[in-house]
Amino acid sequence: MNRALCGLCATAVLLVSPLMALDGDIGMHDPSTVVVHDGKFYAYGTGNGLPISMSDDGWTWRRAGTLMQAVPGGRPGPDVLARGGNNTWAPDLIRSGDKYFVYYSAPGTQPKAAIGLLVGKTLDPSSSDYKWEDSGPVVWSDGVEDSNAIDPGVFRDPTNGSLWLTYGSYFGYIRLVELNPKTGKRLYPERKPINIAINGEASIMIFRDGWYYLLVTHGSCCAGANSSYNIRMGRAKKVTGPFIDNMGIDMLQGGGKLFLGSGGRYVGPGHFGLLDLGDGVQKFSCHYEADLDRGGISVLDIRPLLWRDGWPVAGENFKEGTYQIESVRTGTALELAVQGTPVGGLRGRGGRGGAAAAGGTPIPAQDAAQVSANWPSGAVDVRMSPYMLQAQQKWTVAPVANAGGYPGSPYFKITIAGTDRALTATDDQELAVLATFSGRPEQLWRIDQLTDGTYRVMPKTTPNSSAPLALSAIGSSTPTLARFTPDNDRQRWLFKTP
Amino acid sequence: MSDRTFLPSLAIVSVLAGVLLVAAAHAQSTAAARPPRAESRGGPAPSLARPTSPAKAPNADGFLQRWLLLEPIAVSGQLTDSAVQTAVKTADFPDQLTVIPRDGDIVSVGNTKVGWHAVDTIGYNVNLYHFAYALKRPTSNVLFWVVTIVNAPRELSGVRLAIGSNAASVWWVNGKEVIGLYNERQTVIDDGVSKRLTLKQGPNVIRAAIVNAGGHTDFCARFLDDQDRPLKGITVSVISPSTTEGSAK
Repeated sequence: MNRALCGLCATAVLLVSPLMALDGDIGMHDPSTVVVHDGKFYAYGTGNGLPISMSDDGWTWRRAGTLMQAVPGGRPGPDVLARGGNNTWAPDLIRSGDKYFVYYSAPGTQPKAAIGLLVGKTLDPSSSDYKWEDSGPVVWSDGVEDSNAIDPGVFRDPTNGSLWLTYGSYFGYIRLVELNPKTGKRLYPERKPINIAINGEASIMIFRDGWYYLLVTHGSCCAGANSSYNIRMGRAKKVTGPFIDNMGIDMLQGGGKLFLGSGGRYVGPGHFGLLDLGDGVQKFSCHYEADLDRGGISVLDIRPLLWRDGWPVAGENFKEGTYQIESVRTGTALELAVQGTPVGGLRGRGGRGGAAAAGGTPIPAQDAAQVSANWPSGAVDVRMSPYMLQAQQKWTVAPVANAGGYPGSPYFKITIAGTDRALTATDDQELAVLATFSGRPEQLWRIDQLTDGTYRVMPKTTPNSSAPLALSAIGSSTPTLARFTPDNDRQRWLFKTP
Repeated sequence: MSDRTFLPSLAIVSVLAGVLLVAAAHAQSTAAARPPRAESRGGPAPSLARPTSPAKAPNADGFLQRWLLLEPIAVSGQLTDSAVQTAVKTADFPDQLTVIPRDGDIVSVGNTKVGWHAVDTIGYNVNLYHFAYALKRPTSNVLFWVVTIVNAPRELSGVRLAIGSNAASVWWVNGKEVIGLYNERQTVIDDGVSKRLTLKQGPNVIRAAIVNAGGHTDFCARFLDDQDRPLKGITVSVISPSTTEGSAK
């Protein structure tokens, strides 16, 4: 094999599929909300003993045993078994004070089922404090009533700190009960649960700007690519509902605005969970019933959560491609600081009054090979200018394999299209384009979609700085690196297809 | 005469206190070689005034409003990166990248003599069109050299020079080139912003060359602190310091 071919092989190895949902061992069904504890990410799913998935960065996941391994007896307690059954499905969890509450489904012959509670102080299986105590059933269904007590979703109301549990699955209603934040059990066990929706399962609530949103998975599950799972939602001004969809239909009457259905290479999304990373960055977790790129197995994914017109919108993780990178603050585009060449070379507009309107030869797109002969060979500054379709303004963004990542995506390299000239964070917390991509962390970029659909761009690390810094438009023509501040546009960027 | 009316006049210079008298004397020494001044050739520059104090604080938004402006020098008016860099690196007069001029100084550019003028601008920007027009000098295909002195009460690190210009411009702080803007453009606040730099305690020399192809021409400049806010606590003067330029960090 000649060297040129080896070079092509190396390039191919460096790239991973831009469509891949997370990395590592991500086979999972009915995932819990993803929770960050001591810098690590945890999620739990359906399976024997409630399997644990964990990740150091939110991108590469591994299995870490089961929750029940740390429960005395290794299985649900006798009260849970009596109210429900011996299965362990679809958990959800929340931190309350210094404790974690894990709610899990323990169905028998449905709709006879119970939701049990495990209480622990840490999620870290290697901690000396790691253990789970069975606190018995929280809610249950007797097999006759209009309820199937599985699929818990736990929610803290940020307006008053109250804790709530939604649950249910198709048979009868999605129900709501209030929880005691100290014990995790029902606060008012004598009260009847509140019916809030029908026609679904995997319910959970989130809150934003005075609205409570109820997200419920509709459709059919557990049939691989033949599953019609999809996530729908309604919203209410009170935590107890009524939850009304975009067309004014109550979710108690089957309403539900679509949040996410099948798309791309993924069939059957379900089990929404909010992952709020702070600084205005929100993500959501879900599973797909079938990932066609992984043989149709069910997998965990994490994606951006956007907001539009008062409703959550499912964003997509960043896709490899060639883009102009435009500052929301200034409307100018990131470019290699070299003298630009007009596309097609200097030429007139064909005379006044559209004299040439009848024709003209198409001008091909400009690429680096056409105009880069005089570009400096070493490090070059980065600046911003009005986008003019020129080669120094086109950036190829490609994932980098085996370099880690962040919730939902691997790190990317950002290079001038058609070259190996790589955007780099410099020793003085500024920016430069170096002649080659070396894989160093200052050349690895995290690209998070923000809730308004724009993007935050951050180097994995910045030399001589421990602070997380983001690409920032400090002036119309000048980018730099600075601490991310979610309340203005200087660090918001658009990636537009040239 | 209003203080806001720019009428370059040695008589007015003579009312300036302290060191400005030195500048006036210096100017008188070369009076025979000086070109006609504005009051005898053109009208007033409505946005510019003569400095009447030794030093001036930046305005509330941090803009530097006191400058020494050299009458325009004819150039090609090409505004590409390479053309502008060539224009500003071409030696039009001795020590053009290091001289700290005084009001009234005269330099020879080829067969033309051009003078330095101290001005205060009433706006955030310095209107070079007003300046040249008042002197009946060309405003198209010209290069303006501008200099000011920023006095820092202490060493200030992590600050940035933030400028806008119509059209292209190149900027130096204490002798180090820190910003270049190219191509046809209008003055936009904070268009070009330097990398983080350090102002030394005492005088710091800010120098720029603005190249205009045609039409309006002006510039604005301010410093931003390490939080990107207008830098406070500095003053601006056009009184020549006794020091020579150093290097910005």
